[in-house]
Amino acid sequence: MRLPLARFTTTLALAALLLPLGACGIGQEAGLVIYSGRNEGLIKPLLDKLEKSVGTKVEVRYGASAELSAQLLEEGDKTKADLFLSQDAGALGALAKQGRLEKLPQPTLGKVAEKFRAGSGDWVGLSGRVRVLAYNPAQISKAPDSVRDLVKPEWKDKVGYAPTNASFQAFVTGMRVIDGDEATRAWLKGMKANGVKAFDDNLALLDGVNNGQVALGLINHYYWYEKVAEKGADKIAAKLHYLPGGDPGALINVAGVGVLKGSEHNAAALKAVDFLLSQEAQTYFTEETKEYPLAAGVKSTVPGLPALESLKAPEIDLGKLESLQETLAMLREAGMV
Amino acid sequence: MRTARAPWVLLGPACLAGAFALLPLGYLAVRSLERGPGFAWDVVTTEGTVLLLGRSLGLAAVVVSACLILGISLAWLTVRTALPGVRAWAVVATLPLAVPSYVAAFAWLSAVPDIAGFTGSAVSMTLVSYPYVYLPVAAALRGIDPAQEEVSRALGTGPVRTFLRITLPQLRPAAAGGGLLVALYVLSDFGAVSLMRYDTFTRGIYTSYRASFDRTPAAALSVVLVVMTVALVFLETRTRGRRGHARTGTGAARPAAPVPLGRLTIPALAWCGTVVAAAVVFPLATLAYWLAAGNSSTWDPAGLLNVAGVTLAVAAAGALLTSLLALPVGVVAARHRGRVPELLEQAAYAGHALPGITVALAMVFFAVRYANPLYQELPLLVCAYAVLFLPVAVAATRAAVLQSPPVLEDVARSLGRGPLRVLREVTVPLAAPGVAAGAALTFVVCMKELPATLLLRPTGMDTLATRLWTETGVGSYADAAPYAAALILLAAVPSYLLGRHR
Repeated sequence: MRLPLARFTTTLALAALLLPLGACGIGQEAGLVIYSGRNEGLIKPLLDKLEKSVGTKVEVRYGASAELSAQLLEEGDKTKADLFLSQDAGALGALAKQGRLEKLPQPTLGKVAEKFRAGSGDWVGLSGRVRVLAYNPAQISKAPDSVRDLVKPEWKDKVGYAPTNASFQAFVTGMRVIDGDEATRAWLKGMKANGVKAFDDNLALLDGVNNGQVALGLINHYYWYEKVAEKGADKIAAKLHYLPGGDPGALINVAGVGVLKGSEHNAAALKAVDFLLSQEAQTYFTEETKEYPLAAGVKSTVPGLPALESLKAPEIDLGKLESLQETLAMLREAGMV
Repeated sequence: MRTARAPWVLLGPACLAGAFALLPLGYLAVRSLERGPGFAWDVVTTEGTVLLLGRSLGLAAVVVSACLILGISLAWLTVRTALPGVRAWAVVATLPLAVPSYVAAFAWLSAVPDIAGFTGSAVSMTLVSYPYVYLPVAAALRGIDPAQEEVSRALGTGPVRTFLRITLPQLRPAAAGGGLLVALYVLSDFGAVSLMRYDTFTRGIYTSYRASFDRTPAAALSVVLVVMTVALVFLETRTRGRRGHARTGTGAARPAAPVPLGRLTIPALAWCGTVVAAAVVFPLATLAYWLAAGNSSTWDPAGLLNVAGVTLAVAAAGALLTSLLALPVGVVAARHRGRVPELLEQAAYAGHALPGITVALAMVFFAVRYANPLYQELPLLVCAYAVLFLPVAVAATRAAVLQSPPVLEDVARSLGRGPLRVLREVTVPLAAPGVAAGAALTFVVCMKELPATLLLRPTGMDTLATRLWTETGVGSYADAAPYAAALILLAAVPSYLLGRHR
């Protein structure tokens, strides 16, 4: 009876010997190393195009934006990374604060509106995502014009949110910047008291709005457009409402890129950033992820998507969205996470 | 139990393993004190920290208790009773080991959305980690001599009292060791609690990284977990005492006569059935549902095979290194007393309650400075596995050595054999099955490991766990299902062997 396990251990030893074989083709000298906080399924095709365009071999390490930014800080000037693609501005801001990012050349920065890049020129936004209200017209005729209204009794048990979603948390931080901490805390507590329902993520939340679990959900715009592209508009019950008047619930956030200081392939890295801001790459974001292109002169091709300029987003400095710690403490205090 | 100082042959490698396991602590000291002890102290002593710690400990207490109940009851039923289909139950009871906590949590959430929070976390963690108790307790039940119980029964003590007064105390070291692993696992797990949206200490550490992109507060918080670990290991050492329950000889004990269950057969079957249904069938059914929901275009059999091969190789190397490092520590912990062995054991456990991300960042810190050519190469990833999972192998090794009689080693020594030869010819062969079981267990946990693998793998390499993470990250559960299924299938092989292991 001891045999199988003993044999298994022997097999284990043999399997471990195969390790070098499995590692074949890994660790060769790469032309350009990219750390990507954006998901592989989403971004890999674009990075394949980038490889062709820049003309060097590209190696990509995928992870979560925050973990990768911690890793980059830990690696310091010994990092092998040349480029950091981040899902949000905060992780880039953290690296910039520690002086780990190279200032980008003005022509590159100039392609993107000032509010969508670092004031210091250390990083630049690549694509924009807008906070919106998804609502189910079968349940409510009209969505409110401000998230501040959602604490009113008429919205009791009708609203859903995705507490662990970084974009939701960034929205709450934005609200703190706009309305102040006291008002935001009161709003969160009011939402909780009003029976707001938690969902795993934006996708689950949108499904919840579609099937009537909740009448209304706070999501990012592109989830709805992706669903529509996938299933057809007639299959999707939910509608979107873009909040007017600079409401905190209409925050525009960005995913962006920065070049690491001391990058061995600086020229290639800068070329890569330019590629990511090119017509081709920006169109990719538009078509594949339904996000807003941020480079000047590129228009979104998503049917039914309002123009970025027409949105009444709150005017805040994206760099200020760093104080997430307090936001989380507040969410915890309100029993929302 | 000897008090003689351990021979250098053992102590040297054991200290090396201990030092290795202490790497994360060195890192935490550097990072948390970066801005002075005052800053770290302020982070640790906020109200939120205390609350989170309370939640973590509460969850650990509940999960450990539940695991003890499940593990001991299933072990007794499968080893000592005439339960119908007992062999099959013994195998199936270990299979939940193969289910990653995040997969279990996802399965529960998709079926019962309202379970999120404490209940969901406790349920999903209990169901994936009770084998940590079940396996050592079942092994101990097979190993203890039934004669004592028979004497107790012959003197007129009832079956329940006999179990409580004779059997249970002999199971205590095994159960406490398993319980300790479960407790540390709960303290360090991030996958299940994050899906279940239950804020624990470890989730606090992750959000601290995510929220402030600042390593200092996270490191300061991690130190608290290390202190907790040392306290728990210390407590466990105290409860188990240092008595082994060795018999003379390894195979001479008469197996206990199976207890007929009589009228209790149906409830016993129902109990085993319920646990297995919840812990194995249910997550598998959820996966099957995803697989069915997927379409053929997402299938990439060649890619899947390749990733599965890499996963096997890396996990095997991790299990091998971990077992090698654990061997001297386990032998010293089982055979010697005193401050050094105790410290060694505590050191071995130090990294185990830490979130994977913290251990991974520690490895990054040391590797870029002192082993730059190895950074983001496979050997480093394998080392990280060893730091993370050393306790799993140490616990198995120690229990196995405790079950073999020390007198045999004494005889060998008295016949003039040196310590190394005794180790090679007596201790290791006697403990071999236990050590192999430890290796198999480590192999399973290495395969499921995610956070450290993400940071330390060679750029461009994938394991099943990282693919799973990528696919679920874009919400394509149907695409993730094949990887989850492959992971569970692969991890089920060693789990199955552990279940059959006698």
